[in-house]
Amino acid sequence: MRIALLTDLHANREALEAVLRHAAGERIDRYALLGDFVGYGADPAWVVERARAMARDGALVVQGNHDEAVVRGSRPSMRSDARHSIDWTRERLDSGQLAFLAALPLTQRDGALLFVHANAWDPAQWSYIETRHDAVRSLHATDSRYTFCGHMHEPMLYHLSGTGKAGEFKPTPGVAIPVASHRQWLVIPGSVGQPRDNNPAACYAVFDQERAELIYQRVAYDHDTAAAKVRAAGLPQALAERLHDGV
Amino acid sequence: MASDAPTTDRPGAASALAVGRVIDGFQLEERVHQGGMANLWRVRHPQHAEPMLMKVPRLRPGEDPATIVGFEVEQMILPTLSGPHVPRFIGRGDFTQQPYLVMECIDGPNLAPRAADAPLALDEVTELGARIAAALHDLHRQHVIHLDLKPENVLMRRDGSAVLVDFGLSRHDALPDLLAEEFRQPMGSWPYIAPEQVQFVRSDPRSDLFALGVMLYQFTTGELPFGEPRSMRALKRRLHVDPAPPRALRADCPPWLQEVILRCLEVDPARRWPTAAQLALALEDPRQLPLSAHAQRRRASGWLARLRRRYFQLGQPATPPRGARVQAVKNPIILAAVDISDAGADLAAQVREMVRRIVVTEHGARLACVSVLKTGLLTLDDYEDAQGANRQVQQLAALKHWARPISKALNLDEGRLTFHVLESSDPAAALIDFAHRNGVDQIVMGARGHGPVRRYLGSVSSQVVAQAPCTVTVVRV
Repeated sequence: MRIALLTDLHANREALEAVLRHAAGERIDRYALLGDFVGYGADPAWVVERARAMARDGALVVQGNHDEAVVRGSRPSMRSDARHSIDWTRERLDSGQLAFLAALPLTQRDGALLFVHANAWDPAQWSYIETRHDAVRSLHATDSRYTFCGHMHEPMLYHLSGTGKAGEFKPTPGVAIPVASHRQWLVIPGSVGQPRDNNPAACYAVFDQERAELIYQRVAYDHDTAAAKVRAAGLPQALAERLHDGV
Repeated sequence: MASDAPTTDRPGAASALAVGRVIDGFQLEERVHQGGMANLWRVRHPQHAEPMLMKVPRLRPGEDPATIVGFEVEQMILPTLSGPHVPRFIGRGDFTQQPYLVMECIDGPNLAPRAADAPLALDEVTELGARIAAALHDLHRQHVIHLDLKPENVLMRRDGSAVLVDFGLSRHDALPDLLAEEFRQPMGSWPYIAPEQVQFVRSDPRSDLFALGVMLYQFTTGELPFGEPRSMRALKRRLHVDPAPPRALRADCPPWLQEVILRCLEVDPARRWPTAAQLALALEDPRQLPLSAHAQRRRASGWLARLRRRYFQLGQPATPPRGARVQAVKNPIILAAVDISDAGADLAAQVREMVRRIVVTEHGARLACVSVLKTGLLTLDDYEDAQGANRQVQQLAALKHWARPISKALNLDEGRLTFHVLESSDPAAALIDFAHRNGVDQIVMGARGHGPVRRYLGSVSSQVVAQAPCTVTVVRV
């Protein structure tokens, strides 16, 4: 079983199309979408519709914090830009798309694999895994050998040995990393729609379950068009700018 | 796991291994080595004809976790390696069942007996040094730092090439370092490890050059430069005490060999050889090696040098290591193939200009200017021999003159520039062989025009392009 892991798509159609084109050449058996289909980008409806279609075809899908926020709708207590962004997105989604996002579970399990947007210790609170300490907390909260999560936009890999020794690793794209199942692994593929590690190329990862191997990938995409759409939609300029630099 | 095993398999039953047992089709024939970390078995398999070894870690309760993690590291790294300087990876078994690693069995001895016999003949020391350096460079180019280089871990094939084994403490640039968090004591064989390894740095390929320096010192003098430390205090001595110069222990050790060895043993990695390939090139042609104060030393250094060495340890931030592959690639060996005899001045100037651009871009580049003296196929008599020596000298002078504008303009210190006049009846083959032996990264050469010479002789450059083991840049006017 080869699983493609996509997360934090953030309404970026160009990035998602490029990643799916790349993944089509990777003998993928199953897709896992780790949440945050909306927010920041200019194509929420197209991206959510695509995710729905993939879910119908058997993709594992979980909910992200941006999806939850859009489902709940804005409240007067929110900052004005957040309120505006949520309202803008809701206007573009039809009731079926909103219902799809609303019905998404926070976690999915498949044998030794756990899929969750933010972390394993309290998925509904959306705390970030920013340090090795956070990663260990998440790994301790589950007996799954492999946890796949998004939320953090930079690709990262954490591991925990049977003797309690933890390590972290910034992956090199395209290199197959052996991830033997006698350790616990926490896999953060990095964002498809809004990479933030100074590299504008879209992130995703492929997990080969039989070979116990993980490959992080970077896919160049037309971020000029994605950014132009953000500007044309009247969304904040900064959201367009950051796509060029991957920040 | 074992499909056709005549004996019962119990998962994890490492102690139950016995002759005749079959694991994943590999039949155990003979235990050839019982080590502290692992046992080695000769195995055979119906689908593999070649001689193979199976390495099985010792997994008894209460054993040092280093054993297991080290084995995991080797299982991770060996399958990524290829080429003549490592044993070929054949198969592995994972930790949930019976962990093992099957690899090619190398048909040669390790260097421990040679180390025991040291001091060795000087020719053998340089030969071994060049062979091991070539193997190390090949490893570094594949993103891996060995970090446990010692005579036991170097095997010599029958064809004379060196094979590096035991990657249990190694580090791969692009894979997680499972060992980084494991231990509180410096890893590796203490007589051989570099000062930065004592300080838990595991990402500098020049650590392997330090270990090679220790081996060369041992082969030359019969002594270990820093002894066999048994305590952390003794281990740390190498951070601030220079070893006795080899010439103090062996009077016939030439200055250039001492230069090579002491440069390997510098405490600051930035002062060692930048790459194993550059070290190999120095051993290949030591006559051109510029000698520093290292070469002449007869006694261990006094308090001032110790202070300097200690100062480096305490205060000075070392240049952050760049990883094995980057270090190898950023310090390339450039071969300028210069045709003094029949090329026009324009072409030679154009080749020089191309070389200048490359060397300007890469400050770590090492330039070898080579020209080939074409010889006849028949044996030379004495008269021709004398003539030949004369032609060598003339050719060398012409080569140096050709390089003068670059060496002056770029301030190439002498260590970065050498000249080589090769003699051969087949210039292309001579260049290819030189590039191969010396780990050359890029050849720059001119293409002859379309005149009658080329029609008769064929193109040297096209043969080099087709057969050289590296990048080839062909310059046309």
